[in-house]
Amino acid sequence: MEIKVLGPGCSKCQQTEKIVKEAIAEAGISANVEKVTDMMAIAGYGVFGTPAVVINGEVKSVGKIPKKDEIKKWLGGTII
Amino acid sequence: MKDIDAQSCCSVLTDKAEILVGSAEKSRALRYVLYMVPLLILWVFIYQELANFSRLMTYSVLRLQEGNHLSSAIEFFIFETPKVMMLLTLVVFGVGIVRSFFTPEKTRAILAGKGESVGNVLAALLGIVTPFCSCSAVPLFIGFVTTGVPLGVTFSFLISAPMVNEIALVLLYGLFGWKIAAIYLGTGLLIAMISGWVIGRLHMEHHLEDWVLQIKAGGNGMEEEKLTWENRIQYGLDAVKDIVGKVWIYVVAGIAVGAGIHGFVPEGFMASIMGKGDWWSVPVAVLVGIPMYSNAAGIIPVVHALIGKGAALGTVLAFMMSVIALSLPEMVILRKVLKPKLIATFVGVVGFGIMIVGYLFNILI
Repeated sequence: MEIKVLGPGCSKCQQTEKIVKEAIAEAGISANVEKVTDMMAIAGYGVFGTPAVVINGEVKSVGKIPKKDEIKKWLGGTII
Repeated sequence: MKDIDAQSCCSVLTDKAEILVGSAEKSRALRYVLYMVPLLILWVFIYQELANFSRLMTYSVLRLQEGNHLSSAIEFFIFETPKVMMLLTLVVFGVGIVRSFFTPEKTRAILAGKGESVGNVLAALLGIVTPFCSCSAVPLFIGFVTTGVPLGVTFSFLISAPMVNEIALVLLYGLFGWKIAAIYLGTGLLIAMISGWVIGRLHMEHHLEDWVLQIKAGGNGMEEEKLTWENRIQYGLDAVKDIVGKVWIYVVAGIAVGAGIHGFVPEGFMASIMGKGDWWSVPVAVLVGIPMYSNAAGIIPVVHALIGKGAALGTVLAFMMSVIALSLPEMVILRKVLKPKLIATFVGVVGFGIMIVGYLFNILI
């Protein structure tokens, strides 16, 4: 599973990355988490705000730190 | 995606279930409201008693003598700190709920259909209520510009969003009264509207970095989540936790500085440097403000101290707007999408607007 956290490096983006990693660990899933900091790349996803979370190419959340339960739901949803 | 499909098919099949869910949601929201009302009454009561409380603390509990500098500074601090914090909590909560209705995506959709003048006005107003953080400035900028929001309208939004915000307004209201808060709100919006309009008139679209226009941004296909009232209230509470948690230290520090100055520095101390007399004080205030970067919460206590000691209102207002609206770090971020000439124009137009506001208030008040 490919997970990308988009954000130039503000504190919210770092928290998001941390929560995503925790959610993955708790869900017991092996997934590749990549932090995208390049503005051009971020803009390419068509998001209007950061931090944003992209799972397997699909934008899941924009402009906020997602809740851990939410992330787990996304993780579960994409496996099936 | 599966979740959404399942939901929509359910609602078609069993309308009754939908209604049941709806009423359960309503009763939950109602319960929240029932919690809110006594809390609000309590809030008003405490707020009204703060002045008495601070007198009681200072002169009866701490047994300080009336009429000297130290005790008046302490009374000021004990009164102002809870007052500003309470106002901040209430307003951030309220604005948080309002903001749950405005996502950047929705704001974009509203602005995309509008022409220039109306767009500038709307963009400045939406800047108040749309959640915005300066580290999202670039994606937001690109998202707006590439999906049909005119450049000038986008700038109106970018100027208004950081400058006119609820924290600035609460602090101004708390420390200076509603008139100055209203002046700040009005002039801040005007600067955002007019500067954006001017930038639009200059037709500087070709001063965007080339890659920006090649990006096909547009919708990312994410479903707009439906928020219940419970979600919105939660959103408001999160905003309080987030913002008040971050800002309280500035507020306390600022009021402490204010209290110190309140008690000790002589009145009129700043009048000689930032008074009305010198024509150059306003442009200097703007120039000094540019490299300084602070959010509204950090700068207002300083402003408070300056005005309290005789600095002219217009000069200080110009300084404050310059610090918040024109910041070097934001320009560095924006440099990724704007060519230098456009950045210079942006700074020039906004700086000019701020200067006019400064002079205006020095003359009027």
